[in-house]
Amino acid sequence: MGKLRETILNPLFKNNPVTVLVLGICSSLAVTVEMKGALVMAISVTVVTGLSSLILSLIRKTIPNRVRIIVQLVVVALLVILVDQILRSFEATYAIDKQLSVYMGLIITNCIVMGRIEAFALGNKPLPALLDGLANGLGYGLILLSVAFFRELLGSGTLFGIPVLKALGYPGNGLVILPPMALIILGCIIWIQRSIDKDLQE
Amino acid sequence: MEYLSLFIKSIFVDNMIFAYFLGMCSYLAVSKNVKTANGLGIAVVLVLAITVPVNYLLNRFVLQPGALSWLGPKFAAVDLSFLSYILFIAVIAAMVQIVEMIVEKYLPSLYSSLGIFLPLIAVNCAILGGSLFMQQREFGNILEAIVYALGSGTGWYLAIVTLAAIREKMAYSNVPAGLRGIGITFITVGLMGIAFMAFMGIAL
Repeated sequence: MGKLRETILNPLFKNNPVTVLVLGICSSLAVTVEMKGALVMAISVTVVTGLSSLILSLIRKTIPNRVRIIVQLVVVALLVILVDQILRSFEATYAIDKQLSVYMGLIITNCIVMGRIEAFALGNKPLPALLDGLANGLGYGLILLSVAFFRELLGSGTLFGIPVLKALGYPGNGLVILPPMALIILGCIIWIQRSIDKDLQE
Repeated sequence: MEYLSLFIKSIFVDNMIFAYFLGMCSYLAVSKNVKTANGLGIAVVLVLAITVPVNYLLNRFVLQPGALSWLGPKFAAVDLSFLSYILFIAVIAAMVQIVEMIVEKYLPSLYSSLGIFLPLIAVNCAILGGSLFMQQREFGNILEAIVYALGSGTGWYLAIVTLAAIREKMAYSNVPAGLRGIGITFITVGLMGIAFMAFMGIAL
């Protein structure tokens, strides 16, 4: 039981896929202008990592080693198509899906998904693999939402589109909305995390 | 002239790394020294230049709404665009495998210098991103797609070699303990990105 607990808790902080393993950076930077997009992205990635780990763990003994990358890509691509089509079919999420544009499709090549399959799912039973996938998705979502929190709050003065700082007369800061600021905020988050947990320092 | 401006635009204004963050994982992981960065950069340009035109043809004649009309009027209403992710990634994985085999056979020295990067490129987001952007922008002909692929590949190559050069120099500086390694790299890339924004206003 203790091992399962670790599988779930480790990816959230100590082994966070974004800040410690440096995986899945592309999308975590591009979709963090607003909380809404970041939330949808975080949920989608969590679903895809969890389910793909589960499926590949179930069929892990039947995949020949040489063609495993292609098998993995096909499974992940199918799941991403499903998530994309589901998002498109509801009015509330359709606009967000449009706004995420190519980054939705790029979940296929998100290194977290492939990384967890390669490193964990192919060598473990289905239940731990599912939990590991979900937990890594959540760890990714955590970072995504914290970057988006600062970018939306400081950039346009709102949270989830509701004016917060804006209501106090904050004019907004265009620089924070620009892509490079996402990198700098992420750099600062890593700095804070490594100052708390000295074991992670290089 | 039009092609030249598309080329320049995709190198600088729409830079894969600084404007869209594509291929970030390998960009950060393989930029510790200039030599390996060079190898990966060349591999990305090569694979982009092959996969984007192939996916362009696929999109034009199979996936787009009405693309199958060359099969006969019955097929004019078929829209297969929901299949694009899976077909694009299949084409990329297959192409990477073929390129790898060709390079191994005819250019063994290049093969040994590219090493493990070639197979890894199949899961590099810059490659799939290139194809998805190509689909989104609806290029008029295949030449535009090729120019776009070459331009964005070159932009990626430029970005990784520059970052590798900066990181080689940075090894000698005294960075705060918590920022060492990946933290300062993020901030460096951010600052490089701000510098690259200077190209944004340029209309070509």
